[in-house]
Formats: sequence, structure tokens, C-alpha cells
Amino acid sequence: MTQSAAGSRVRDVGALRRWLIRPEAAAVAGSILVFVFFVITAGDSGFLTSGGTASYLTVAAQLGIVAVPVSLLMISGEFDLSVGSMVGAAGMIMAVTVVEYGLPLIVGIVLAFAVALAVGLFNGYVVVWTGLPSFIVTLGMLFALRGLTIGFARLLTGRTQIGMGAEVSESPLTPLFAGTLGEFSVSIIWWVGLALLGTWVLQRTVFGNWVFGAGGNANAARNVGVPVGRVKITLFVCTSLSAALLATIQVLDAGSADVLRGELLELQAIAAAVIGGVLLTGGYGTVVGALFGALIFGMVQQGIFFTGVNTDWFQVFVGVMLLVAVLFNNFIRKRASEAR
Amino acid sequence: MANDAPLMEARGVSKYFGHVVALEDISLEVRAGQVTCLLGDNGAGKSTLIKTFSGVHQPTKGTMAVDGEEVRFDSPRDAIDRGIATVFQDLAMIPLMGISRNFFIGREPTRGVGPFKRFDMAKADRVTREELDRIGIQLRDTTQPVATLSGGERQSVAIARAVYFGAKVLILDEPTSALGVKQSAMVLRYVARTREQGIGVIFITHNVHHANLIGDRFTVLNQGRSLGNFEKGEVSIEELERLMAGGKELDKLNEEFRAVGAGNPEGPTNGASN
Repeated sequence: MTQSAAGSRVRDVGALRRWLIRPEAAAVAGSILVFVFFVITAGDSGFLTSGGTASYLTVAAQLGIVAVPVSLLMISGEFDLSVGSMVGAAGMIMAVTVVEYGLPLIVGIVLAFAVALAVGLFNGYVVVWTGLPSFIVTLGMLFALRGLTIGFARLLTGRTQIGMGAEVSESPLTPLFAGTLGEFSVSIIWWVGLALLGTWVLQRTVFGNWVFGAGGNANAARNVGVPVGRVKITLFVCTSLSAALLATIQVLDAGSADVLRGELLELQAIAAAVIGGVLLTGGYGTVVGALFGALIFGMVQQGIFFTGVNTDWFQVFVGVMLLVAVLFNNFIRKRASEAR
Repeated sequence: MANDAPLMEARGVSKYFGHVVALEDISLEVRAGQVTCLLGDNGAGKSTLIKTFSGVHQPTKGTMAVDGEEVRFDSPRDAIDRGIATVFQDLAMIPLMGISRNFFIGREPTRGVGPFKRFDMAKADRVTREELDRIGIQLRDTTQPVATLSGGERQSVAIARAVYFGAKVLILDEPTSALGVKQSAMVLRYVARTREQGIGVIFITHNVHHANLIGDRFTVLNQGRSLGNFEKGEVSIEELERLMAGGKELDKLNEEFRAVGAGNPEGPTNGASN
């Protein structure tokens, strides 16, 4: 360690370097890179139009709504692999309530959120009480919840896809979840709003400090009085509720529900968080990073479409990017924990 | 300060885990402005004793007293509330978290009310900087991860944190065991300064040289039993070392070796090392 004599000198040149070792630096830089890449390759085929912008922002928003709480949960040291199945389940609950039982849409939405709350509590309590890795507990939930959704959908309706019609298109709730502002979907506001809220909670509140503590060293945090279990359970509930929110947005937007909605979402959300600089082992990361991680996903998925290249290549791009991001983040984290 | 009653006292504390006697009849005291060194080799019961003092374990027999008043700690929280702070070997620090966040974790200052209640980072940063300045650690950036500090600095930050939060008795679990000479000196110097503030320190170590430098009284543990409490000056480094290594048993072994030593060329060398 250099002593304080060098302190003032280091501080002057430190601004850029300090920013560069922030957890989300890679994701912000990556977003710019990806943006520039598609401006060059697809700039004149619609990527830069407001319609193109709206399309990738919508894709990013739908992932980002889940990626924000998932990143918080990961910083607290846990995974939730059941969010994708939860999206399918929540959508189906709304559709069955409205179409099969003729109840108002609001009842379906409330019911979906109630089930999401229960699933989140179950995940959280099982992880905290049994001490089992959340990877396993929520992997079990991933299968069980998807199976329950398909099973009950067939049992109750004989179908796995349900169209909802006028109940949705005429509902006053629809503009709130699936409305548009010009060409831009309202989900973008939900996404950015949740990211801002998540950032505030993580960086500015006591709870946020506990999230870092729970993920960084749960034992140490417990020793100084942090209710680690409560923190984690709260975040499991948040991820689950965010899945229900996304399901609401998708169902009201599409006017239909499908038991297979949300497949692979859990892994995409983790990827977005990791690209955003969240450490897989917890204790490190930012919500802003996850926001940019989701943005990269959206830009790549829609950008490839605009380049005219077959969109099958999207996943290759994502895979390579994930690897590069993790390598870069590793490097950054090493720099961060070295003496300055 | 009134030195009538010790700040903290253990009276005949025993701790059994099933058939295992972890501690048997340990008595020990720490007074304000003094350092009581708890010495012992690996497995001597030091950790169990600290955990009993800090409320992690409850004694099977015997009692503890704070300011002469009998107490029972049902949890680490109880101990902390009575001003007994323990700095465990893992320091309860979160390596990738910023220094000021670490300093205040679990006891964060807040501003605002209701849903706008938030972590007062400005205050946390300011206090952290002041407290670390006081112990000679000048920080460029209080948000830098704890992992960027040296071992001695980290140990000192953990102690500073305990003192800031009102510790009357500070229990330090092997604070110098993982440190080099320079870093150890830094910690010892800081412990001495803490003592001058009238705080009672229980200093756990297996390094008799560190104990001898800093200790006002010494308690030696061996196999869960106390081999005696000594005041500074009552006991030499050599004596402490001999006690830690097993005392009477070593003497017995020495005699055994001497007895066979006449016919065994290896005997005398074993004996001579004592």
C-alpha cells in the first residue's frame, strides 16, 4: 500500500480508474460496443429508427424487470431458477381465472401475485431453513412449477394456451401494464423504474448494506446482527413477484397465456446480471449493471434481426458475450481487491 | 477508574459437549485498562472459552459477571449489549464490501423517516475516516473494499469498530497469529492504545512473546483446564512457554526419558530441549 503522502496525487488521476473498476463498467462499455456494432452493421436497416429502438428496449425491459431483483438476490448469495416457470404459472393463473371461471381480470392478477408470493416464500424458507443450495431448491421449483402449470392447465381447460379476448383488450388495467407511449411500450418504464428503485435500495438503504453482507460473508453478517435469513427470503419473494409482473405485462400485451411462457428466462436473467458485473458467488455487483446486461440482450436479439442475419445466431452471440463479460469482470474484481 | 470489581469475570466456568470436557473450572478476570492474556496451545479450549464469553455458548457450570454483577448471555447480542465485544479471527468483515459499509454493517446510521429512511452514507464515511485516522490508517477512499487493506490494518479496523460501538471489554481472538512482524507490531501498538482508553482487553494468543509485551495478567489453558492466573512480573516467558507446552506432563516425560536415557542415546536430547 502506498501511504497517505501519495493519497492526494492518486486521487487526481483516480476518477477514470475508479469508475473503470466499478462492477457495472463492463456492462456499460459492452452496451456501447454492441450499440456501435449494430449502428455500423444495421444502422441503415432500421436499428436506429424509433421503431427499432422501441423494439430492442421492449425486449430488454421484459428481461430487465426480472433481472433487477435477480441481481439483488444474486448479490445476497442466492439463485432463483424458478422465475421462468413462475412467469408461465402466473400467466396461466390469470387466464384460467378469467376465461374458465369468468372472474374479473383484476382477480386473476391478484391471484397470480398471491401465488408468486407463496412460491417466493417457499423458495426462501426452504433455502434458509434447510441450508440447501438455492440452485437445487429453485431448480426443483423450476420443474415442479412448470409441471403443475401444464398439468392444471390441461386438467381445468384441456388446453395449454388460452386466448383472453375482450376481457383483456377492454380492461382499464391494460394501459398500465401493456400500454404504449408513442412507439414505446410501458414495460420500459417498469424496467427503468424497478432498476432505479433497486439501485436506491442497494446503494442507499440499510437493507442494501445487508444484501451485500449476506452475500459477502453470511456468517460475519449474522455475527453483527444482520437478519441474513430475512434478507434472503425477502429477495426470493421479490424475484417471484417480478415474474408475476412480467407475466401480467405479457398476458395483457398478447391477450393470451401459454404454459411455456418464460422458458429459459431464469438463465437469461442470471446472464444479464453476470454481464452486469454481479459475482456468481454473491457479495458484489450493482443493479445498474443488470440493467445494462438486459439492454445488451435486447440490442443483440433485435439487432441481429435488423442486420438480416438469421436470428438463430443470437444465442451464439449471447454465449460468447457472457464468457467475455465474466472474464472481464474477473479481471476488474481482481483489480478492485488489490491495494490501491 | 474504580478497580474494585473486574469489568468482566469468569468464576469456575465449565463447558461440556456431551462426554467431551471442553472447559473445566476456569476462572479469569479482566479489569479496566488492563490486558488479560489467554494463552494456550491448539486445542487448549481458548476458542470455547471465547465463545462462552461472547454468548455463543452458555457455560455448563459456573458463572460470569460483568461489573461484579452476575450475567447470563443467551446470544452474542446479549454480550454485545453488555459491552462485551469479540473480534473473531475471521473479523466479521466482508472482503469485497467497502470499508465504511463494513464498519457500520448491522448498525447502520440512518436518515429520513418511513419509506424514505436510508443509510446515512455520508455519516458512515465521515466517522470511518475519523476513527481510522485516529489509529493511524489514512484512507484515500472509504468505499474501497476491505480486501485492499493489509492484515494488520484489517485487524485494527475491526478493533476500532468494536471500540466505536461502545465496547467496555474487547475479546481479541488470535489477532496477531496470521500476521508478519511489522503487521503484528501495528496491532499490538493499537491494542496498547485501546487499553489506555480504559477498555479491558482479553487477548488470546499462542505467542508468548506477544503476550509478554502486551499482557498485564496471564491465564494459561491446557486441555480445557487452567494452569493458573499470573500477574505481570510473576512469571517469565520461559515459564509461560513451559506451561503452555504442558507443564507437569513435560516434566514427567522428561523424567521418563532421563530414566531410559542412560541406555538410549536419543534420550538426553529430548530431555535437553526442556
